[in-house]
Amino acid sequence: MAPDSAATRAPAPSANGHVLEVENLQTCFFTRAGLVKAVDGVSFCLSRGETLAIVGESGCGKSVTSLSLMRLVADPPGRIVGGSVRLGETDLLRLDEEAMRAVRGNRIAMIFQEPMTSLNPVMTIGRQISESLILHQRLSRAAALERAIAMLSLVGIPEPAQRVKEYPHQLSGGMRQRAMIAMALACNPEVLIADEPTSALDVTIQAQILEVIAKLRRELGTAVILITHDLGVVAETADRVIVMYAGRKVEEAATLDLFVRPMHPYTRGLINSIPRLALMRGERQAAAVSLQEIPGMVPALSNLPVGCAFAPRCALASDTCRAQYPPYEEKQPGQWAACWHSDQIERSAHD
Amino acid sequence: MAALDHAAELNKAGANITGAGSAALHLIRRYPLGAVGALIILIFVGLALFAGVITSFDPLTTNSRAALARPGGAHLLGADFMGRDMFARIVYGARISLMVSIGATVLGCLGGVLIGLLSGFYGGWFDLIAQRLIDILQALPLLVMALVMAAALGPSLPNTIIAISIALIPNIARVIRSNTLSLRELPFVEAARAVGMSEIRIAITQVLPNTLAPLIVLATAQLGSAILVESSLAFLGLGVPEPHPSWGRMLSESAADYVRTAPWLVIFPGLAISAVVFGTNLLGDAIRDILDPRQGS
Amino acid sequence: MGAYFVRRSLLMLLTLFGISVVIFVMLRLVPGNVTDIIFDSAGFVNEKQKQGIERELGLDKPIVTQYVNWIGGLAKGDLGYAYVSEKPAIDEILPRIPVTVKLATLSLVFSVLLGVPLGVISAVRQNTALDYALRVVSLSGLSLPSFWLGLLILMGFVHWTGWIPIYKSTPDDFWQEIALLSIPAAAVGFRSSALIMRLTRSSMLEVLRQDYIRTARAKGVSETGVNYEHGLRNAMLPVVTIVGVEAAFLIGGLIVTETVFNIPGVARFLVEAIRWRDYPIVQNLVMLIAVVVVVVNFVVDLTYVALDPRIKYES
Repeated sequence: MAPDSAATRAPAPSANGHVLEVENLQTCFFTRAGLVKAVDGVSFCLSRGETLAIVGESGCGKSVTSLSLMRLVADPPGRIVGGSVRLGETDLLRLDEEAMRAVRGNRIAMIFQEPMTSLNPVMTIGRQISESLILHQRLSRAAALERAIAMLSLVGIPEPAQRVKEYPHQLSGGMRQRAMIAMALACNPEVLIADEPTSALDVTIQAQILEVIAKLRRELGTAVILITHDLGVVAETADRVIVMYAGRKVEEAATLDLFVRPMHPYTRGLINSIPRLALMRGERQAAAVSLQEIPGMVPALSNLPVGCAFAPRCALASDTCRAQYPPYEEKQPGQWAACWHSDQIERSAHD
Repeated sequence: MAALDHAAELNKAGANITGAGSAALHLIRRYPLGAVGALIILIFVGLALFAGVITSFDPLTTNSRAALARPGGAHLLGADFMGRDMFARIVYGARISLMVSIGATVLGCLGGVLIGLLSGFYGGWFDLIAQRLIDILQALPLLVMALVMAAALGPSLPNTIIAISIALIPNIARVIRSNTLSLRELPFVEAARAVGMSEIRIAITQVLPNTLAPLIVLATAQLGSAILVESSLAFLGLGVPEPHPSWGRMLSESAADYVRTAPWLVIFPGLAISAVVFGTNLLGDAIRDILDPRQGS
Repeated sequence: MGAYFVRRSLLMLLTLFGISVVIFVMLRLVPGNVTDIIFDSAGFVNEKQKQGIERELGLDKPIVTQYVNWIGGLAKGDLGYAYVSEKPAIDEILPRIPVTVKLATLSLVFSVLLGVPLGVISAVRQNTALDYALRVVSLSGLSLPSFWLGLLILMGFVHWTGWIPIYKSTPDDFWQEIALLSIPAAAVGFRSSALIMRLTRSSMLEVLRQDYIRTARAKGVSETGVNYEHGLRNAMLPVVTIVGVEAAFLIGGLIVTETVFNIPGVARFLVEAIRWRDYPIVQNLVMLIAVVVVVVNFVVDLTYVALDPRIKYES
């Protein structure tokens, strides 16, 4: 049975302060395998200067959600079929293409996972950064280049005046990602969507990039939506977390609450999958702890089971779970989840 | 948000396929141009095979009273300057053209696959020499190669087939070779070796089937080229000799003198050549789209 | 860049050397030579005369010696003597070159001007009616034998204007010559333009699938900007190499078109020489063709290296 859409709505927005309000977003793909509801009624709000993380395994719909916000979903075969995305007063889904283009890169910006393939190989870095400045702020070539150099220095790239004349392949992976961030934030957007910004990078570089994003968030006041499958990154940087599974939200909470007291078995499973050193767990002796994986696989979105989508893989699943999709409700103040058995989920060991 | 007809969208995307019959229909609907190409080729193959049944005229019989007859009436497509029936010459010409081009393509593929497979698989000095030779021969345009070979061998039907096939070999060998090289490194070949299969068995049972897909695409493209080269050779007087009717030669015979007075001598043979090549190109494109999923939308 | 240049030049020379050997051998595969043709038309064979002529033409020497003589001569600029006319081969070949060069250049210009824009449009409007129409047109362009197209054009001219555009060896002026050559150039170029259109289209499609196109859209760049500033700049690189492929493609078309339009060029001369088994001419002409193709490819490769910043700025 389909979930009651009213129940999946985010908590009623407090008067102002929300930079972005997404309500009941639905995006479908029309494929040979049938109708795929990649995003099935997702709602959330984003406040100014806040970092919201959207987590889940691949195929859960988090990337499609972010692409839907920017209206970059490939059509065909995808189509946004319902809901609203309010950036300030404007519903982005109701804009015509030209108006939407004025928003992209200007009020909302996005950075992608693979900096090497996401940058145009035959254009200089400076030209690529200047492009959005010239487009949206009508700066002259020279002024835009000045600003580009300033942005590069802001993201911590050494010798920015030199770098501006170079091509993407001449930069290292970490620097390319910094350049991408500079490009995205050049016009000082209200929202930055970062789709797996560190997944393709070395661990040491990952930390640097996250630091850059955090610093810019502080200085520019940009709200950030961070898409990732890495809970470690979430713990470091996010204020609030949304967990997605099979196209729907299954849990939503402030970061600390999520880790200390998860309300959904999937979240519990994700947390358990993080390999932790004994030292981090505060134990003097390393106990034999095996990596706990979540058994089974993400279901094919064209063939979802009746009832809770996670039931086939859930240790706590009961007949109720398999028969009826659980309502998305507030389990404790500020923490929402869709599960019949939230109370049975073990709390994390005191970290 | 405008209401969407979900069912229509799904059908367009190709869901709801049940069974082989509808799978074939689906293929035709999805690749209509390819189906047209296959149809064209089938028609000409039919013409070639059943020439005797389709027309009662003999393509070689001259009839001075009917010289330069206009199309229509007894001579469906008119008659040439010697009174030979055009329709019969086109139909029997199909037999020659297809025989030569299919023969040349098959021979070329055999030779090219052999050389390419050996070259890519075994490497060593054979590969070194073969690679150099292929590079060298690739420099020469197809027609020039075929011209020289045809001139070297002398004019006859089998010689034309051989000449064109030799011209086709370098290109095929090159593609098969590079394909083999990349396949050779793949894990399943390693696995076959680990199980103890002999190199020859691996080459034939593991590598060869995986080169079939690009080979088919290549072969259909080469077929079109072979037909064009054959007609060009015939046009220049260095192809299939008398008395075999060849579309290309029909055009050279008619060219100078009858451009003004008997356009049907020029139009029909050329139309036939273009139609068959067009068919092979359509089919080749469709096959490539089917076998290479990347190209899909 | 320097080392690359040297390496490629050496490779080029090696290839040309190999080609010369292959050509030489291929032409002597069949028994019989030009003297047989001469005596065929006479109707009888006088052995003594035949041997005398063979000795004169140097056909009695062993093959290797003949080859060395030829190659040695090439290096000095001496291409040997034509069997048929008995004039120095170079005197026969050289005057015929300019016409062919003009025809080839016109054809190339025509094919690029027609093929590239149509290919881009076809890719940008993929799967629309326009795209299908253009693809069908380009496919038919590839399917038409160029000599037939030439014949049709001739026919059309005769039908509508009443005169046949015969090429004059002594044209009134430069522009009249270009005008007269444009017609056969269109015949040759049409086929090439079809190939260029298809390759440009697939190159564009490949490029438009890349991640950086998505990034450009995410920045709010218009579709035109995405297609032309981001897409085309990248798609053009492989198209440049396509021009190299064109060189070979073009020559086949030149051979038949010069025959159809009776243009006294080098390509038609090749056919005549083959018919006459005039080895020196055939050898040298085929060698010339090979040199042109190899050199053009070489130049194209260098251009590609110069244009692609990924290769130019090797960090």
